[in-house]
Amino acid sequence: MSGSVLEIKNLHVSIEDKEILKGANLTIKGGEFHAIMGPNGTGKSTLASAIMGHPKYEVTEGSILLDGEDVLEMEVDERARAGLFLAMQYPSEISGVTTSDFLRSAINARRDEGDEVSLMKFIKQLDKDLDFLEIDQNMATRYLNEGFSGGEKKRNEILQLMQLKPAIAILDEIDSGLDIDALKVVSDGINKMRNDKFGCLIITHYQRLLNYITPDFVHVMMQGRVVKSGGPELAKRLEEEGYEWIKEELGIEDETVEQNA
Amino acid sequence: MAKNMPEIDEYKYGFADKDVSVFRTERGLTKKVVEEISKLKEEPQWMLDYRLKALEHFYERPMPQWGGDLTGLDFDEIIYYVKPSEKQGTTWDEVPAEIKETFDKLGIPEAEQKYLAGVSAQYESEVVYHSLKQDLSDLGILFTDTDTALREHEDLFREYFGKVIPYSDNKFSALNSAVWSGGSFIYVPKGVQTTTPLQAYFRINSENMGQFERTLIIVDEGASVHYVEGCTAPVYTTNSLHSAVVEIIVKKDAYCRYTTIQNWANNVYNLVTKRAVCDANATMEWIDGNIGSKLTMKYPAILLRGEGARGNTLSIAIAGKGQVQDAGAKMHHLAPNTSSTIVSKSISKQGGKVSYRGLVHFGRKAEGARANIECDTLLMDNESTSDTIPYNEILNENISLEHEAKVSKVSEEQLFYLMSRGLTEVEATEMIVMGFIEPFTKELPMEYAVEMNRLIKFEMEGSIG
Repeated sequence: MSGSVLEIKNLHVSIEDKEILKGANLTIKGGEFHAIMGPNGTGKSTLASAIMGHPKYEVTEGSILLDGEDVLEMEVDERARAGLFLAMQYPSEISGVTTSDFLRSAINARRDEGDEVSLMKFIKQLDKDLDFLEIDQNMATRYLNEGFSGGEKKRNEILQLMQLKPAIAILDEIDSGLDIDALKVVSDGINKMRNDKFGCLIITHYQRLLNYITPDFVHVMMQGRVVKSGGPELAKRLEEEGYEWIKEELGIEDETVEQNA
Repeated sequence: MAKNMPEIDEYKYGFADKDVSVFRTERGLTKKVVEEISKLKEEPQWMLDYRLKALEHFYERPMPQWGGDLTGLDFDEIIYYVKPSEKQGTTWDEVPAEIKETFDKLGIPEAEQKYLAGVSAQYESEVVYHSLKQDLSDLGILFTDTDTALREHEDLFREYFGKVIPYSDNKFSALNSAVWSGGSFIYVPKGVQTTTPLQAYFRINSENMGQFERTLIIVDEGASVHYVEGCTAPVYTTNSLHSAVVEIIVKKDAYCRYTTIQNWANNVYNLVTKRAVCDANATMEWIDGNIGSKLTMKYPAILLRGEGARGNTLSIAIAGKGQVQDAGAKMHHLAPNTSSTIVSKSISKQGGKVSYRGLVHFGRKAEGARANIECDTLLMDNESTSDTIPYNEILNENISLEHEAKVSKVSEEQLFYLMSRGLTEVEATEMIVMGFIEPFTKELPMEYAVEMNRLIKFEMEGSIG
């Protein structure tokens, strides 16, 4: 396998002086699909936002490296251009900017001046991806996320993923609020990305999504750290037995970040 | 977020060209100056009398104490009339080379070739270039500078001049009426529809110059016209004054759209009176973009005096460091079933101040009239401010009035979202701002929309630190 490598080492992250991540470790390589599971309030989304560089999240200790480069030294847009992508749980609405104009700008942001994507080529690919995700063609001319239903927003995030083709994507609860048909379509989109170069980190607290996307690795997060890792069988066991057995095994009473380990 | 943003704060049109004027009045405003202007223009006696009455009124009228700080405006320091060349050209070759060069830099001759039906270019006090496509003049359309209109179409001119905005309307309409020079005169005959816009371009070049163009547009029954004006001036350390008066008459079933993109340097006081009257089923639209200037006070008005008349005002105002945009709209519903919409978009950055000041009046006869007002403000930072000051006067119970006002900030979440897709902070901010003013830019002819977006980009580059 080849592709990029994202290494997260001993990551500590605070919001407004409150520590949420307390030493998270994780390595994602190109070609691998990882799933992070865990109950609410254990720091999963914080990990996603911290990797992408959300200004509210302060990294107090540890490192994030992408192919050996220090991600923490990069601005948000530099991280994106270096190959990271975050499908957000709550994508922002941008009034007055059409989805297609935005997409084209985002594609061109990663290309050199004078090497912008041709309009015809862009439209062709966009139409193809819209069809694949069973999105109405008119979404391209609607303002970005404005007035979109929850499901439309999620599909739009996957549309962007397919269009931007990042090296490593983090999908933060891409399954939340989706009905079963939408979940299938979104999963198809993600699976279509799979190749020996593309790495993906799927954050979810439902096993449901993993019926459609088979991860190579499954991690459980509690108290702001990755406390257990395994293969797809770990997700199956979590679905059948819940999280209690892990807590017992590790002697954890409260799995949220409120507690110190 | 971004650490190394360039601080670009210059004004692209701020270049000053060398003075080529052939005549200018002495500084300050006296009876002699007014007489001199009138004499030079070989005006009929009635116009001189009108100017002198207006001057009297200007002297008597106190400075407005609202809207913005006018204390920096010294009427004695201003030069009220500057004649840039001996004659007006109808081809660019007839325009003095230095002046032509200025308009070249501003892209006017190029735009004319591509998509304009007629062009007027005013430099200082006089229109130096004027053209109208033959097919339009064959239809009987008159498009000249206002001085020529007075000379060549005196009866028509006199019938309408000063009727929509009398000199006594306010201090600055009095000032304009006393010293007016240049501007556009348009007459569109009954039933004549134009599709391509007529454009005028106003350029101030001299320091301490006052530009007082006077525009008069008459759209006869069932006719339609789109007029576009743009304005720029060099950056000087002392102040210049732009005080125009624009009067528009839109007759029964006629349509007029007046698009303005003002991009003054930040030492220009921009104090303009614009007003249109609409007869039955007529439509008037002000598309008004205000970028730059030190202080703008401008409230385009529409008097809906005929049944079913419609008025729309769509404006944007951008105030940066040290700038005040006090802009708005006035709608007077004076007849049954008249309708109006006001959409005001303002952006304030680097400590700039934008205010929406508006008046919607429903007279006793405004049975079934409707008005809709929408004011949106985008604040780029914490030092910038905005105000919304709406006045409503309602003398008829059977009307409907909706008002919506919204102030928003460029949010951290929006920036994060766009940047996470690879856009730089500047690109992301631009995108949010362009999206904000999109309802305005989409109303502009394509070429202007492109120019507008370029201008906004330029404005925004300096605003992220």
